[in-house]
Amino acid sequence: MSNSRENILAAINANKPAPVELPEIPLFERRGNLVNVFIGALEFIGATSVKVTSLSEVDEYLESLQQAGTRLVNTTAELNSYNINAYKKANASELEALDTAFIKGQVGVAENGAIWVSESDMVNRLFPFICRKLVLVINAKDIVYNMHEAYRRIQVDEDGYGTFIAGPSKTADIEQSLVVGAHGPLELKVFIVS
Amino acid sequence: MSQPATHHNKAAAAFLKNGQRAQWHDETLWFVRAKRDKAAHQIPEWEALRNLGSQIKEHTLSNLDEYLLQFEANAKKNGIKVHWANNAAEHNQIVYEILLHHNAVNVVKSKSMLTEECGLNHYLAERKISVVDTDLGEYIVQLRNEPPSHIVLPAIHLKKEDVSNTFHKHLHTEKNNQDPVYLTRAARQVLRKKFITADAAITGVNFAVAETGGIVVCTNEGNADLGVHANKVHIACMGFEKIIPRAQDLSVFLRLLARSATGQPITTYSSHFHRPKAGQEMHIVLVNNGRTEQLGREAFRNSLKCIRCAACFNTCPVYRRSGGHSYHNSVAGPIGSILAPNLDMRKNADLPFASTLCGSCTNVCPVKINIHEQLWSWRQVLMAEGYGGSAKKASMKLMTGVLSKPAVYRLSTGMARFFMRYLPFLVNNRLNPWYKQRDMPSAPKESFKDWYKKNRNHE
Amino acid sequence: MEKRCKPVIMKVGLFIPCYVDQFYPQVAVATLELLERYGCEVHYPLKQTCCGQPMANSGFASMAGGCDKNFIANFSGYEYIVCPSGSCALHIKEHLHSAEEPNAAATIRERIYELTEFITDVLKLEGVKASFPHKVGLHVSCHGQRMLHLSSMSEKVEKPFSKAEALLSTVDGLELFRTSRADECCGFGGTFCVTEEAVSVSMGNTRIKEHLANGVHYITGGDMSCLMHLEGLLKRQKIDIKVIHLAEILNTQ
Repeated sequence: MSNSRENILAAINANKPAPVELPEIPLFERRGNLVNVFIGALEFIGATSVKVTSLSEVDEYLESLQQAGTRLVNTTAELNSYNINAYKKANASELEALDTAFIKGQVGVAENGAIWVSESDMVNRLFPFICRKLVLVINAKDIVYNMHEAYRRIQVDEDGYGTFIAGPSKTADIEQSLVVGAHGPLELKVFIVS
Repeated sequence: MSQPATHHNKAAAAFLKNGQRAQWHDETLWFVRAKRDKAAHQIPEWEALRNLGSQIKEHTLSNLDEYLLQFEANAKKNGIKVHWANNAAEHNQIVYEILLHHNAVNVVKSKSMLTEECGLNHYLAERKISVVDTDLGEYIVQLRNEPPSHIVLPAIHLKKEDVSNTFHKHLHTEKNNQDPVYLTRAARQVLRKKFITADAAITGVNFAVAETGGIVVCTNEGNADLGVHANKVHIACMGFEKIIPRAQDLSVFLRLLARSATGQPITTYSSHFHRPKAGQEMHIVLVNNGRTEQLGREAFRNSLKCIRCAACFNTCPVYRRSGGHSYHNSVAGPIGSILAPNLDMRKNADLPFASTLCGSCTNVCPVKINIHEQLWSWRQVLMAEGYGGSAKKASMKLMTGVLSKPAVYRLSTGMARFFMRYLPFLVNNRLNPWYKQRDMPSAPKESFKDWYKKNRNHE
Repeated sequence: MEKRCKPVIMKVGLFIPCYVDQFYPQVAVATLELLERYGCEVHYPLKQTCCGQPMANSGFASMAGGCDKNFIANFSGYEYIVCPSGSCALHIKEHLHSAEEPNAAATIRERIYELTEFITDVLKLEGVKASFPHKVGLHVSCHGQRMLHLSSMSEKVEKPFSKAEALLSTVDGLELFRTSRADECCGFGGTFCVTEEAVSVSMGNTRIKEHLANGVHYITGGDMSCLMHLEGLLKRQKIDIKVIHLAEILNTQ
């Protein structure tokens, strides 16, 4: 077994084709109102979005949820009720009852509605997946057109983990009927702050 | 040497016996293909992206050993343990030993065609380790003790009444409640408990990035992430061809993958795992299992570019009308038909013939694998290697002899032999499969050659 | 409208698929007459047999040497070789080889044309003078479309075009109907039609269903093999739709 690495590498070396050049990837830029394209994409993938002009509107929403008794975690320091300490180290069984998570998104992709969320922003890797409802907050200026630009903006290995989130979890595994809410959140709400 | 499997044509005929269900299967997958078309047509640079995807993969194959070494070094720096497995058995053993080391007996697994290829579930079950497939489609087929019939839509061969019955039996859902939302929620409840109480998580890998030493896993359901993040051990299993050079290459593949697969602009989650979380152990198993051999087959090495989107399944008129199980291989459809003979020629000699060579597979492939040409080339290899049988070969020799000698061909026996063997639709014989559901063309008064001699002969 | 741009007489070798010679001679006659009407000097080499595709698609391309040799002997020296079948033309274009006469084989591979391709790209006709006052459905045959690129393909993001449709649109009285799956394979596939009989028939029936929904009287196309398969199904099911090769429509007076 210990030889497998060497055997595989030697076989590849013997069998690989002649060198082929690695292409440069263009940006494939497109103009247009990125926020509107982004909102359209979010709708298409089953997320809801709200355009706001300041974070206080997000605060209001968060407070209204708290008053309704929602169990929520907010990992965004810019918002009120930053409360990660209670949940930071929590494990899956402790978090199972979590209703809502508020997390900051770093970059939004207009073309597909995906939002890059890194580990430092989510604090606990489980938050965006174990909650029933995920709320992502993103600055309008952080919306780019496509994935090529997005990857130029982010550094994928800056944190140990990061993910593009595009909509609530979903499945169509039963007769191709779309069901929103598979294993992860049943709902995704995106606040776009301009 | 293995025995030949049930020939695709027999399994396909059986699949088509249930006409209504077969029609549903065809129409449903055609609808997925149509969604793919719509998504592709929204991207003006679609064909340029396919070219890029193809070039990046070809470049990677031509430097595969260097990139694997780079990946290994970077992954180790990231605190990931990297393992190498030359074949399925070794892969299974490595996974087993990791689990054993952690006393793990309950494992949650997100979709991984590689573990399917290696028969991991069965192997671990024999060793008293329970693996739960957490992708809903895979969970359904696992409960039914069936293999997936499609690499992206594992339960596409089933109707909601089948799922309802299966869940009623295993999860005690209401009898005859066939509502997909109800059934999905029921699975969610059960699987949430599994995620939380498991000892380890296994995932597949969509892409492994050499320059950063991390992996990307794409799901819609969030099952890979929930499993990994809820557990102390993460084992990611990958065929080594999943490697790509740079993080920015992901921008090309993530634009292509979901659009090609389901017509979605991107999967719900495209998760980048670079370091285990605090207190967690992360393993990556790099698997060969015949891939180096395929790399050495010039005509077929391009099949290693595959990103497992299954667009070729959905567009294939044969796949849509025969179902995934008729391919008797973990990867079905056109791409499976060019991968499978590499694993076992005898067992899979029928698969390259389960195609009309229409070429639609090649056209939808996001990384431009020349699938239909490889199907044709496999036919040549399989016949040359003798998997067509000696009688077929002998009759072939006779035939080519006839066709290369116009005078012999013109003799009615020569032509009859040729038509009987190769154009059987022209032979009026009730045992001829052509005649089962089709009439013969009516015989004209004279052949064109005779007409020409009478009316135009310049000679 | 009939428009000729190239008055030069072209010497054409007519390549007729073996099954067309035997069972659909009217298609070969129509092809011949059509080419002659548009100024070609057409010869039909009498010793042609088969292009070898049936064997090659069955996995025995290695044994096609004799076929290739015979093809080269019949068709060397022609400026153009025209065939009323995308599939057979494609086979020659892709697979005609000869160790003894590599140059002759290469020349033939360059000079082989499918009929509508020849009319459109070489004769450069923008239309034909023909009349066919019927509802017609076009069957797009795979090899002509996806490998010879006689029309755009639904899978690709490219500008839509079709050499056959462009020609048919100039036929008087002809009403052309497209099917919803515009370019799905009919399931003929050479020996596939008997080795995978069940799938082949199912595929053919899907095509027929879509043409029936359009209420056409004829199904036309550039490959008689696909049409023969559809015809077999139509006749057996007693459906009142006839098949007719493109050449026959373009050659109507």
